[in-house]
Amino acid sequence: MAGQITSSMGVAAPRIKAATSEPWWVRLALTGLAILFLASFLMVPLLAVFTEALRKGIQAYFESFREPAAFSAIKLTLLVAGISVPLNLIFGLAASWALAKFQFRGRSVLITLIDLPFAVSPVISGLVYVLLFGLQGWLGPWLSDRDIQIIFAVPGIVLATIFVTFPFVARELIPLMQEQGTEDEQAALTLGASGWQTFWRVTLPNVKWALLYGVILCNARAMGEFGAVSVVSGHIRGKTNTLPLHVEILYNEYNFVAAFAVASLLTLLALVTLVLKAIVEKRAHAASAA
Amino acid sequence: MSGRWKAHSVLPGFGLTLGYTVVYLSLIVLIPLAALFAKSATMGWAEFWQAVTAPRVVASYKLTFGASFVAAAVNIVFGFITAWVLVRYRFPGKRVIDGMVDLPFALPTAVSGIALTTIYSQNGWIGQYLEPLGIKTAFSPLGICIALTFIGLPFVVRTLQPALADLDKELEEAAASLGATRWKTFLRVLLPPLVPPILTGFALAFARAIGEYGSVVFISGNMPMRTEITSLLIITKLEQYDYAGATAIAAVMLVASFALLLLINLLQWWSVRRYQGGVA
Repeated sequence: MAGQITSSMGVAAPRIKAATSEPWWVRLALTGLAILFLASFLMVPLLAVFTEALRKGIQAYFESFREPAAFSAIKLTLLVAGISVPLNLIFGLAASWALAKFQFRGRSVLITLIDLPFAVSPVISGLVYVLLFGLQGWLGPWLSDRDIQIIFAVPGIVLATIFVTFPFVARELIPLMQEQGTEDEQAALTLGASGWQTFWRVTLPNVKWALLYGVILCNARAMGEFGAVSVVSGHIRGKTNTLPLHVEILYNEYNFVAAFAVASLLTLLALVTLVLKAIVEKRAHAASAA
Repeated sequence: MSGRWKAHSVLPGFGLTLGYTVVYLSLIVLIPLAALFAKSATMGWAEFWQAVTAPRVVASYKLTFGASFVAAAVNIVFGFITAWVLVRYRFPGKRVIDGMVDLPFALPTAVSGIALTTIYSQNGWIGQYLEPLGIKTAFSPLGICIALTFIGLPFVVRTLQPALADLDKELEEAAASLGATRWKTFLRVLLPPLVPPILTGFALAFARAIGEYGSVVFISGNMPMRTEITSLLIITKLEQYDYAGATAIAAVMLVASFALLLLINLLQWWSVRRYQGGVA
């Protein structure tokens, strides 16, 4: 009997599959089309960056980073990401605790407001700070009386970067923490753990992959942001130029090898981000399946 | 504290974390955005209207919204095929291809901008073959469409992938066993539940495109009235110290973005409701 069942299923299975799939030539054509599209659209720009960067040889490539302006752009980019990512990380943790572990009125409005920066054009994200802190802005005169410069200086770049990377950590954590509920935390509290202990030992380990994922995306955007930073930076070479702004200056000066060399650094950052993202997704998937 | 607006909970830290969330959100996002609307409100209505309807500004809206629409439409077609192939078929290198879809999202926009410009300029890898055919890509509206398609692709694919994976296999089998052809099954059974996610993907790609700056400024050539996008016009006005003009245009774009955000939320809500309704 058992053998009969399996054999009849063995015959039926491929037929169902054939009925709910496309003929082989359609599959081949669609796969080919998708790969061709992605290759010409995604891979070619990637190759172009490295080809242009290495056009005049490896020596010219490394020469591009020797320049003091390039060096200071790297330093500024690291500084800006080093300030804005931790701030948005702390915010993401606080927001997800309040919004995912508690039920209160106005909760969904707050969640929508947190996503707001994603809907705002980068140029406008920079502009709002110019309107607040620029010389003609609301706080401009007060600030300039006290010799505090925010726009066309590092604080403005940091603020604009915080704005554009604002939702990354929170939006990864809130849905996950909501799904996990509060039973684990309640159990820990009942067993005598303090609030902090519960957070560190129970909540944080439960969301670690999503947290890491959010931080990776936040960091990539913080280091690569162009539009918002461009508005508030003032483009002072060696002082307020981040890596993407440095790329723009070099490119507009027709110094293509140096522009693409610096761009290749940012491209490597993007590739590392994609690889980390794939690893974290796999781990998170394994953790949720276990 | 535990008034009627909040459900009772034994977990600590609500006041502190909510307070921090609201203060930080207000300082970084809400007050600065409010400042933009406050600033445009200080302009007289006539002045505001003149600033946002000047011919050069209107030309930039047409270009920005038109190119964004074309790019989102192209992305729907190729994004659908990509998502379909990634969800349903097996082929070598699939994992790499799947990971690559996020590249436009991870790559800094300035890098995408200079790379695309180099490829599509008249001596570039692709541009040199298009130029003799009379197709000018870099420094033309077509170039802007290409850049916007590039940055919008992940939004469409990542919206469609989970929706395609969630499709009920049994409905397809039922359709096939009742004698429907594969094409008919696709059109009548598979496609209808995918309409909300397709529209969501389109709206997300479109919303991203209308605000895009970095990847477009290099390839567009930035000629006023012809290839000048609205984001760039805002920056140009700022550089000329025309703060009022820049703010007025920004307010218009911001309202458009918020309207799209609302539309996207409605679409997602519709999508969830429709999906749950279908299951029940």
